[in-house]
Amino acid sequence: MVTTMNKTPEDISNTLGTATVGIAGAGGLGSNVAIALARAGVGNLVVVDFDSVEQSNLNRQFYFHSQVGMAKVLALKENISKACPDVNMLAINGRLELGAMTVPFTDVDVVVEALDSAETKAQFIEETLLKLPNIPLVAASGVAGIGGGERIVQNNSGKLWMVSDPEARSSDEDVLLAPKVGLMAYWQANIVLELLLGTNKNFDEKLEGNN
Amino acid sequence: MSIIVNTREMEYIPEETMTQLLKRMKYMFPLVVVKIDGVVIPRVEFPETTFPDGVNIEIIHLISGG
Repeated sequence: MVTTMNKTPEDISNTLGTATVGIAGAGGLGSNVAIALARAGVGNLVVVDFDSVEQSNLNRQFYFHSQVGMAKVLALKENISKACPDVNMLAINGRLELGAMTVPFTDVDVVVEALDSAETKAQFIEETLLKLPNIPLVAASGVAGIGGGERIVQNNSGKLWMVSDPEARSSDEDVLLAPKVGLMAYWQANIVLELLLGTNKNFDEKLEGNN
Repeated sequence: MSIIVNTREMEYIPEETMTQLLKRMKYMFPLVVVKIDGVVIPRVEFPETTFPDGVNIEIIHLISGG
């Protein structure tokens, strides 16, 4: 079998198995991006979050009731290992400090922005584009709400790929629930696979430009 | 005399800073990432950043939730 990407399933599995993806945040976006990538065969993950699992997270985040109170990155590592024991996940239980937000991600192949507040998202995107100019970054914006799936779009500008619902309300003014958060997290993961496999047209051109 | 902001043509105002442009566009300063002709502009430089006529500016607006 040769897939639509002109790669055999073995090629795909080899490439993904040796890849490393950095994920900033292990909430609704990050925990779901992580499990999607692990199931798809990405071999190495670096996940950073300072939070603990709360009861209120269970409506959308990849955690279980018995894990309430546990550090999110440790709970996530446990959950991923149950589904995908071969995945190597580096769990960093700490805050991303302004000015040093990219430190955990200097050696990854793709970075995923999976943070919560708009201000932190903007700071992280700015810092990553400036400090890691050669590493693709996949971000998401507008995950709150129900429905509106037809508004979700994927945009690219340089090394930044965005999954966004430009008309969504902020999470202070609307609900965060599994379906829409999950849609956008899995959409981010889908872009990550494209980037890792070099099947994203824009990414290919950039790679050729570098050679 | 015009600039492109998020694919929209806008009037070019000489000497306008990025901070003033964001205000004119009604964007909330802490919630955006700005690129001028593809180059990321650090937010600390917004108050002193001016730009020539004809530039292409991208203002990426972030919405809370994750």
